[in-house]
Amino acid sequence: MPSNTRPDQQHYVAPLEETPLVAIDKVKAEGKPTNLWTDAWADVRGRPMFWISSVLIVLVVVVALFPGLFTQVPPNNDCQLSNSNGGPAAGHPLGFTKQGCDIYSRIIHGTSTSLSVGIIVTVLVFVLGIAFGAFAGFYGGWIDSVLSRLGDIFFSIPYILAAVVIMSVFSQYANVWVISLAIGIFAWPATARVLRAEILRVKNADFVMAATALGVSRFRILLRHVLPNSIAPVIVITTISLASAIVAEATLSFLGVGLPSSTMSWGNDISAAQTDLRTAPQVLILPSIALSVTVLSFIMLGEVVRDALDPKARARR
Amino acid sequence: MAGYIARRLLQAIPVLLGTTFLIYFMVFAMPGDPIVALFGDKTPPPHVLEQLRERYHLDQPFIVQYLLFLGGIFRGDLGTSFSGQPVSEILLTTFPVTLRLALMAVVIEMVAGISIGLVSGLRKGGIFDASALVVSLILISLPIFVVAFVAQFIFGIQLGWFRTTVGPGAPTQDLILPAIVLASISFAQIVRLTRSSVLETEGQDFVRTAASKGLSRGRIVPVHILRNSLIPVVTYLAVDFGVLMVGATVTEGIFNVPGVGRTLYQAIIRGEGPTVVSFVTVMVLIYLVVNLLVDLLYAVLDPRIRYAK
Repeated sequence: MPSNTRPDQQHYVAPLEETPLVAIDKVKAEGKPTNLWTDAWADVRGRPMFWISSVLIVLVVVVALFPGLFTQVPPNNDCQLSNSNGGPAAGHPLGFTKQGCDIYSRIIHGTSTSLSVGIIVTVLVFVLGIAFGAFAGFYGGWIDSVLSRLGDIFFSIPYILAAVVIMSVFSQYANVWVISLAIGIFAWPATARVLRAEILRVKNADFVMAATALGVSRFRILLRHVLPNSIAPVIVITTISLASAIVAEATLSFLGVGLPSSTMSWGNDISAAQTDLRTAPQVLILPSIALSVTVLSFIMLGEVVRDALDPKARARR
Repeated sequence: MAGYIARRLLQAIPVLLGTTFLIYFMVFAMPGDPIVALFGDKTPPPHVLEQLRERYHLDQPFIVQYLLFLGGIFRGDLGTSFSGQPVSEILLTTFPVTLRLALMAVVIEMVAGISIGLVSGLRKGGIFDASALVVSLILISLPIFVVAFVAQFIFGIQLGWFRTTVGPGAPTQDLILPAIVLASISFAQIVRLTRSSVLETEGQDFVRTAASKGLSRGRIVPVHILRNSLIPVVTYLAVDFGVLMVGATVTEGIFNVPGVGRTLYQAIIRGEGPTVVSFVTVMVLIYLVVNLLVDLLYAVLDPRIRYAK
């Protein structure tokens, strides 16, 4: 028996001097404190997929903002029917469409359409999803019942079908804003559901109780404490919804209820080229590649971010 | 179980009323003449307009219009197509074709998706796994109409293995290519879902117990790992059904399959608004019923759902 046990003591207890608290504390004190976001950044930084998708996305954004940097051919002014479905020529690297327009120029000038629809829909879905999901999850009770049933109703109509109906009614007013609204108004329930589930998890955390005990108002707790701690899965789903919105716009344009044919859009170009698939497949395939690569880069980014933010997914890699 | 079914059925009622109301509201509560708006830049003959006004009871207050429309749906009156044929009659001839196509697609995507996802999950990090992940990522990014055109071009036109469009009566061998195309989107999702589910199940205690009991790999994989990994895949079937409906509209349109999807596709292309509304309503109703069935199936498979509040 060590000498420092009292007579009534049955078990050995290490004296404080043996494990100095300073030594224990030191482990944590080293280095900067990390949180979910710094961890995620450290994880993401080392993955090639993140850099590939980021470079592609930056490229798409630059093309959308400054199409003039990439092509000197104006998108519509140069169409000559004598060039119909023609192959590559000097100054026209990808050949011509059925109307004799420059394919390369049309792809470049169509970028902003796809990207704008993607961004507008995403902002709409983000705002609606957060509003519905946050209130339903945080306040619970009848507010949750009403908001969740409302979400169920919107969720029960596949959003492309809903957009088809809306665009059939508003075909005269079809433009980028109307089509984004038609897609976004039915696409938000998935985001709301994810956020609601996350908030249900977070709202019982100790820091929420601490804030309540300090007398912080309910709404302020939601805004400052609960929402920032439950936003991670929403970020993931938002990145992917940007890709889905771009596909939805192209599908609607392909079906003929999207943007008017005068608007430069990849969906419209693919749709117009389908009759000549047999003789001139490149007219259809080239804009399809542009569309798919853009969608792929957003989906890849979403995957990387998901892996980084979800420790469970990280383990599965 | 009975309590769960009753609760789930009761929940479906407000959703059913809500979705039909929403569709009706979107179309008929708009300013101006909804019937004329539905035809876009076309001018339909006056007797058609008259007929449609009568069908949608446009002289009544909005809520009465909706209730009459809803009553019509329950009596099986789904409206009349542009050519004057009742929608319910068109459904009768087209639905079996779509059902056949969809079943083929579901079988293809389930068998291929689950087996590739399983192998991928069991051999995590290998070449097979890496290529399965890359291929599925690319497939997810391709819009269905691009897949359809590329498949039609390569297998139909270049290689000549399949007919590019489906012949009269939709013989099964003509449906193979459209079914593969239709299956392609969900196939990729199922591969990834199965893979991550297998990885998660593999680490569970009961798998380790089975291995330490001395069970062979040949028994652990199908009985312990695969069976327990399938629950999320079954849930995905419900989501998948929505994907299949939109996919069928595009695929049937491109391959000229005489099903429900092509009818909707042609109505959209020709700008026949009222037919579009009827068909979308029918599709949403079918979607609701399928979701209900999948939820019930899920409860049968997983007791935790049944007993949860």
